Amino acid sequence: MTAATSVPPVPGALRSEVARDGETVVFVAKERLLEAMRWLKETPGQEFDYLVDVTAVEFRDRERPLQVVYFLRSLQRKADVRVKVELPASEELAVDSVYSLWRGADWLEREVFDMFGVTFRGHPDLRRILMWETYAEGYPLRKSFPLRGRFSRAEQVRQALNVNPEANYSLEELSIADAAGDLPDDMRERLQRGERGVIPDPPAR
Amino acid sequence: MKHVGEVKSSNYLLAKFENLVDWAVNSSRANSLWPMPFGTACCAIEFMATAASRFDFARFGMERQAFSPRQADVLICAGRLPFKLAPVIRRIYDQMPQPKWVISMGACASTGGVFDNYAMVQGIDTIVPVDVYVPGCPPPEGLLYGVLLLHKKIKGESLFDAVKRRDEQPLDEKGLRLPPETIDEISEPFGNSVHQFRSS
Repeated sequence: MTAATSVPPVPGALRSEVARDGETVVFVAKERLLEAMRWLKETPGQEFDYLVDVTAVEFRDRERPLQVVYFLRSLQRKADVRVKVELPASEELAVDSVYSLWRGADWLEREVFDMFGVTFRGHPDLRRILMWETYAEGYPLRKSFPLRGRFSRAEQVRQALNVNPEANYSLEELSIADAAGDLPDDMRERLQRGERGVIPDPPAR
Repeated sequence: MKHVGEVKSSNYLLAKFENLVDWAVNSSRANSLWPMPFGTACCAIEFMATAASRFDFARFGMERQAFSPRQADVLICAGRLPFKLAPVIRRIYDQMPQPKWVISMGACASTGGVFDNYAMVQGIDTIVPVDVYVPGCPPPEGLLYGVLLLHKKIKGESLFDAVKRRDEQPLDEKGLRLPPETIDEISEPFGNSVHQFRSS
């Protein structure tokens, strides 16, 4: 299926494979991920300027580590590469965020966090993106997650109905200012810090 | 309404006033339904086909689609409903003025369908009261049949009969429409998945 090749000159590269579709897969030590990604992005002759996708794979075999997969493309060179980081279950599921290199990593990493529970260190706004922010049942794409969720259907309905839909919008987007009182404390603080757009000062009179 | 007494001419008939009022009101309501489309999935495509020229549910008085719940009579939930949209459809339902009806279009809206998983509401009747369930993956004819069934239901209502009248059904103090046991019961797996356990 895959053929091992020599280790490419990527910093922190552990090994490399050629996937069935001919694409190169580089396994990188998780401590050196950011270094490797910066090298891939900025080195002349590499120039992988586009982060296509970030996703993760958990295997049925509990012994195998969870993989975080980065799909990179060089728009200039019309070349692709896949970078994988392995996160053993015995260690903390955390890896450095590549948001500083590709802004597009923002939502992609949030999705991996939402579905797999992988923490991205240095991400500016790491919170759930697909499930609602108060979702408490865990990380749905993990193998340990039951298909129908952990809570009873009635509890799921109750929790879903008690979510405040307005909480998904910034204070600016809310036409009713008093809904701010219904937001969870941490969310209100974050919005006031301006992480979802800057709250303008009142006009001077 | 039936003829009574000695009738010399067939140009009049006698009826109970209440029946006459009900007939007038219900006919008006049934034949001028304004739908609020709540399209979430492929059923919304069939809904659009139903609204378009070939099937044209304007023939049944649904000429104006109300994209504001404030001016709608019937909420048509076309497609599966994820839990994330549950408070939204409830809010829309609460915003609709009385009298209001709900059509649950398709198996996914009615029961969760094949989406028996952590993210999907197992039947929108756990969220809002439903009047007509359209089964399966309905083609436009299926939705039209559901609309005609709703007409029939509306014409059977009565302004004067508290049993037949639809009252407001607010959520209880727990924020639920039905008792938790009922929700669990109607959300049970069915069909091919009955042999699976909840934890599987």
